[in-house]
Amino acid sequence: MREITYLEAVREALSEQMRENPDVFLMGEDIGVYGGAFGVTRGMIEEFGPERIRNTPISEAAISGTAVGAAMTGMRPVFELQFSDFITIALDNIINQAAKIRYMYGGKAKVPLVMRTPGGSGTGAAAQHSQSLENLTAHIPGLKVVQPATAYDAKGLLHAAIEDDNPVMFYEHKLCYKTKGDVPEGKYVIPLGVADIKREGTDITVVATGIMVHRALEAAGILAEKGISIEVVDPRTLVPLDKETIVQSVMKTGRAIVVTEAVKRSGFSAELAAVIAESESFDFLDHPIVRLAGKEVPIPYQPELEKRAVPQVEDIVAAAEEVMHNV
Amino acid sequence: MSMSIPNKAQFDDEKLKEIYRTMWKIRFFDEKVDQFFARGMIHGTTHLAVGQEATAAGSGAVLKKTDWITATHRGHGQTIAKGTDVKPMMAELFGRQTGTNKGKGGSMHIAELEVGNLGANAIVGGGYAIAAGAALTSKMKKEGKVVLCYAGDGSTNEGSFHEALNLASIWDLPVVYFIENNLYGMSGSQKEMMRVDRISKRAGSYGIPGITINGNDVFEVMDATYEAVERARRGEGPTLIEALTYRWKGHSKSDAKKYRTKEEEQEWRSQRDPIKLAQERMIEAGIFTQEEADAIRDHAYQEIEEAVQFAEESPITEPSELYTDVYAE
Repeated sequence: MREITYLEAVREALSEQMRENPDVFLMGEDIGVYGGAFGVTRGMIEEFGPERIRNTPISEAAISGTAVGAAMTGMRPVFELQFSDFITIALDNIINQAAKIRYMYGGKAKVPLVMRTPGGSGTGAAAQHSQSLENLTAHIPGLKVVQPATAYDAKGLLHAAIEDDNPVMFYEHKLCYKTKGDVPEGKYVIPLGVADIKREGTDITVVATGIMVHRALEAAGILAEKGISIEVVDPRTLVPLDKETIVQSVMKTGRAIVVTEAVKRSGFSAELAAVIAESESFDFLDHPIVRLAGKEVPIPYQPELEKRAVPQVEDIVAAAEEVMHNV
Repeated sequence: MSMSIPNKAQFDDEKLKEIYRTMWKIRFFDEKVDQFFARGMIHGTTHLAVGQEATAAGSGAVLKKTDWITATHRGHGQTIAKGTDVKPMMAELFGRQTGTNKGKGGSMHIAELEVGNLGANAIVGGGYAIAAGAALTSKMKKEGKVVLCYAGDGSTNEGSFHEALNLASIWDLPVVYFIENNLYGMSGSQKEMMRVDRISKRAGSYGIPGITINGNDVFEVMDATYEAVERARRGEGPTLIEALTYRWKGHSKSDAKKYRTKEEEQEWRSQRDPIKLAQERMIEAGIFTQEEADAIRDHAYQEIEEAVQFAEESPITEPSELYTDVYAE
């Protein structure tokens, strides 16, 4: 199979959807000839034209709200926020409009839109361009939330997101954009709500999201040399969440470490830990659940500080050793 | 066909009678709702448009069934004028399974996409961008539909107003922004909350036409809306209409109205009642007699009574509905 980058995989899914369905179109800032802040839409305006690759003013509220109106009336808009931090400007339309319209209207409308946006730290962009705010949307009934870690998942999940009849929040990661992976040519769909076991193991279940999947896999390689066998579970979608796969894995290993980049306090790591604690897997635990997550600070600019603000490979290794030695 | 009152939409006398009746339906509907709240028969809250009947009836009349509206939290009148039956509307307020929204939305969220109503929005300014989006669909699919976005004076101070009007303008979207300026955003008067004397002047920021009209003159509302809708339908982009009007009742059910005077209220009620003004003009033009006008009014009242009966006799929303409609399958 050929290898392409995560970024190219996202672009392929967008292009394949647009070729297949004339109702699919894109909106966003600088997504036209500029190709988007990270280059995801590069070349697309040349193929699809400015009517369907709609370059917008710097107006996140108008972009998101227009997407809601277009989705309600028969289109399937996909809009890009240049950085996931900018969701704050769009949140009224996401939380109060997109998420609630179907329910408020007694099921008489649907809002099939996708918000695509890169989150996460590691680029030196500091506090307003580095957050992991996916929990803001995972908290809201009516929204679906996707967080792909690999190129393969990004393409298949984006196909599913665009074909879904609900508002889907699609969180990409800046550090993932250049990562490569095997990706089939042509369309394939990964259903929302199905976790993926990225590496099988027997000693500890590491549930990791987004960029933390890569760090967990790297840590698992190091730990294998030390005789500790890690199973890496990637939920891939936060909403709907495949609780069953997580619980089954923990019942097998008897130990659980949850790793997210998002801030620990009230973050999605708490939800993942609670899923384990509330389930039948609780009785199988040989050690308290461990959460590794972002420190409770804004993301700093200075590279060493920035690194310390979110879990790194060595943190996962250390936590796993601690869990094993505490048995 | 006779057109005793010349108007741009070329409406004949029968159509004008229908618009007159719509105004009465709006008034009786909201007066009825007011009574039910006072008696504790409906819970939650509501925002009444008594005194603002001409803005809704006049503007709604010039839209086609296939055109869209977005309504406001004070949206019962806008909804009636777009063609939603008052029976399921009243049932919605009563929290019944037969309500427009199965009783899950209530007063502030009534929607009926089948008649072109994209729903009432309880976020002030929430409709601006949604309307632009519906207009974008019409433009991209070449449907020829126009979107009329109702909003209030207070909402023009929201950021969404600026973002959406700018976007609608640069993309020449077929949308009409219709501001019902009833002089107060809850307790905040226009004078207190903005320096411009005419909200229509704000259109200048977007390079689109802006017009201020007498919102209590249903014929003026019809003409202004017709021109804006036709302009939008021709692909020439949005218009901002500011219709001056007045809500007779308080902002919502718990309003002591300390921010305005009794004299002001009395002046609007006695001198500028939109229904009375329309009636006088129509009698003068020979469209109907006083007796015929009264008969239309009584018929409208009867319709609201039937809606109440329908609502009361309808089953309450099923408990199982708590979990339905969160996601589309």
